[in-house]
Amino acid sequence: MDTQIEEKLIPIYILSKKYYVPEGSTIITAMEYAGFKLKKGVGCREGFCGACASLYRLPGDYKLHGGLACQTVVQPEMQIVQIPFAPAEKKVYNIDELTPDIEPFKKYYPEVFRCVSCNTCTKICPQELEVMDYIQAVIRGDLELAVDLSFDCIMCGLCSVRCPAEMPQHLIAILARRLYGKYMMPRAEFLEKRIKEVEEGKFEEEFARFMSMSRDELKKLYYERDINFDIT
Amino acid sequence: MNGYPEYMRESLKKVAATRPKRLELAKKGLKNFLKPMTAEEREEVLSKYHPDYHKEARKKIRIGPNKGELLTSKVVDVLESHPRINPDEIELGEPDYDTDVLIIGGGGAGCMAAIWARMNGAKVVIATKLRLGDANSMMSQGGMQAAVNPHDSPTIHYLDAMGGGHFDNKPELVKVLTSEAPMITKFLMELGVMWDRTPDGHLQTKPGGGTSRRRLLSARDYTGAEIMRVLRDEVRNHPEDITVLEYLPAVELVLDDEGKCAGALLFHMETGEYVLVRAKTTIIATGGFGRLHIAGFPTTNHYGATMDGVVLAYRAGAKLLYMDSVQFHPTGAAYPPQILGFLITEKIRGFGGQPVNKDGELFVYPLEPRDVEASAFIRECAEGRGIKTPDGHVGIWLDSPIIELLNGPGTIEKAFPAMLRQYRRFGIDIREEPMLVYPTLHYQNGGIEINEWGETNVPNLLVAGEVSGGVHGRNRLMGNSILDYNVFGRRAGIRAAELAKKTKIGKLTLDHVRRYEEELREAGIKTKRVAPILLPEYRNLKILQKHRKEFDPFLPAGL
Ligand SMILES: Cc1cc2nc3c(=O)[nH]c(=O)nc-3n(C[C@H](O)[C@H](O)[C@H](O)COP(=O)(O)OP(=O)(O)OC[C@H]3O[C@@H](n4cnc5c(N)ncnc54)[C@H](O)[C@@H]3O)c2cc1C
Repeated sequence: MDTQIEEKLIPIYILSKKYYVPEGSTIITAMEYAGFKLKKGVGCREGFCGACASLYRLPGDYKLHGGLACQTVVQPEMQIVQIPFAPAEKKVYNIDELTPDIEPFKKYYPEVFRCVSCNTCTKICPQELEVMDYIQAVIRGDLELAVDLSFDCIMCGLCSVRCPAEMPQHLIAILARRLYGKYMMPRAEFLEKRIKEVEEGKFEEEFARFMSMSRDELKKLYYERDINFDIT
Repeated sequence: MNGYPEYMRESLKKVAATRPKRLELAKKGLKNFLKPMTAEEREEVLSKYHPDYHKEARKKIRIGPNKGELLTSKVVDVLESHPRINPDEIELGEPDYDTDVLIIGGGGAGCMAAIWARMNGAKVVIATKLRLGDANSMMSQGGMQAAVNPHDSPTIHYLDAMGGGHFDNKPELVKVLTSEAPMITKFLMELGVMWDRTPDGHLQTKPGGGTSRRRLLSARDYTGAEIMRVLRDEVRNHPEDITVLEYLPAVELVLDDEGKCAGALLFHMETGEYVLVRAKTTIIATGGFGRLHIAGFPTTNHYGATMDGVVLAYRAGAKLLYMDSVQFHPTGAAYPPQILGFLITEKIRGFGGQPVNKDGELFVYPLEPRDVEASAFIRECAEGRGIKTPDGHVGIWLDSPIIELLNGPGTIEKAFPAMLRQYRRFGIDIREEPMLVYPTLHYQNGGIEINEWGETNVPNLLVAGEVSGGVHGRNRLMGNSILDYNVFGRRAGIRAAELAKKTKIGKLTLDHVRRYEEELREAGIKTKRVAPILLPEYRNLKILQKHRKEFDPFLPAGL
């Protein structure tokens, strides 16, 4: 249902067995075509959830490639295996008690300092993120850069599977982002005021008026309402 | 796979040729030239072109609490199905897990409910079908609505939501939704959610379809992922109070002899084992139904969006609301085929992206409510002004390069990294070329009826998120469902924890499942279908016929 492709079949290997699947399929649709009912290694099917990380090799190419099975188009003679999830220990912390600096990383993920700058993580990242650079930024205490570079991480964990220093980059990155979002981004001043207004019942009267209106009255009000995107 | 096929070039040239003129109009304010539709115009395009109005779109349901009502035909088929289990073969002995609150579904609503139930003193079990966060919540791109600007207010937000929902929304739910939006914004911010800011540090807000003010908060175009991964991380910070069970979907609720909901039966999809969870209160947070492919549409939804929660609750006697209405998102990808039906966020239009036909002409105000906008696209194609794809689909252009002309170079890379990446994988640069789009099945507008605290008519059964009905009437506005799952996930969590303190569970039973089977029989419904569906069927039919039935609990009916 995801794809409807003209059927020219090409050979691929799923867990070492050869299958012929339609050219143009993604790894996911190819596996389904081959008869697999996917019960893991599949999630949103649109490249956002990181559930379908896969490893593959191509003929005549010594490299081990990584990709999302829902986004990677199969190629002839491709050898594929899925990594439904990457074993990694998420540390337990109380975000309210941390400081937005290097300390939490020393405490919870000291392995981050074992980074040997080999760049293997960057090469495997299916989101094409500069993983090594964000890890190096964490080590320097530059959370802003770490957060910016890691923002599009979907936490598939392929980086952590390949890392010779054996760190969970994706878990380190979310700690960095949470610290940054909580402590370092500008405070939204008006927001506090608005929350107070709601609590103090400033809108109750108008709500009561709207809610007591007949459908037609409300409809009239709606179609006559002012649409204005120039003011905030 | 590289770029658009040759034959589309001519149409692409026309889009480029009309761009300067359209840019000029946009700078002067598009709504002055291309007026939003009047109520009459909306009704006309909806009744002629919206898939819900098709004569086979709905049929009467013959059993259950909504018996006799017209519901979406596919929904009726799924509800009029046999249970997966035979109650006589299941022993409800010592439970495998015993808890205060059971949450079924580990998406945004489920995680938010877990966090708040725990904060209110409850022990929680979350049971989810795939991994925690493999959910629609992870996928939302555009943003969340909240009236956080001085010239906006919860009441203006209320009016927009009611109008968008064709005034069918339950008013008390919309009031809660819009009033608590600012508080939710702050709560998420304090967990570490990185809402986009303007250069001077304010929360960035953008217009959305059907909003009358700038009200959409976002986190690049990974808004859902950003919120979901933070909520998931927070859930995982409390292993002593919150137990997460992955790859264990619920297949039936369990009641007690007083008719209270008392937990659920989970099904291990690989080993075939059943797992019994006894709980003082249960929250269903299983999300939507995109994977039913209603009316043959492709979908934006995740793999597990198969309406299971509605099936479970209905069998236990819960009332449904507005399960006759389906949301089709106007901008699903129509090309390339690998991403057919995938979502192109509405935020593209929020930033000034324009829908145009094969001749590069504007034909609809870009920010109508979703059902109206989608219907206008379908009309444009039906009248021959769409572009056909090599595999037999059709679409209109969504002009994205104009975004850079309006907002400055670099805007797309900064605001839409996910979209840029998605198309780049298939050789299309959306900074240079538009996207071909057509409506796609997106959201379950209705669901299980709830009150302000997420309670249903079944005692101790609560519901939150997309699986609930009433908040959005018959058409949800963009940005209101992230808000919905946060507001009502929180409320359901609080109420479930409170109720759990006062609850004593009686003897467990599956009698409601037996009764349901009986109802099917009495109504003369003969079918091989089983539900909940759990996972949709995409396997190759030829190969499926060779499968051995006894090994495959997922074989489709009739094979
Ligand atoms: C592509 C996309 C983009 C979107 N963009 C926006 C946006 O910009 N703004 C906005 O407001 N909304 C948006 N939405 C809608 C919004 O994301 C969803 O409506 C919302 O996240 C639903 O949250 P939920 O927790 O109710 O359901 P979900 O997040 O879908 O979670 C449900 C969970 O329950 C699990 N489950 C299902 N059945 C069972 C079962 N039988 N047993 C156990 N677990 C089960 C599922 O696997 C899933 O993990 C978008 C949706 C999609 C699909």
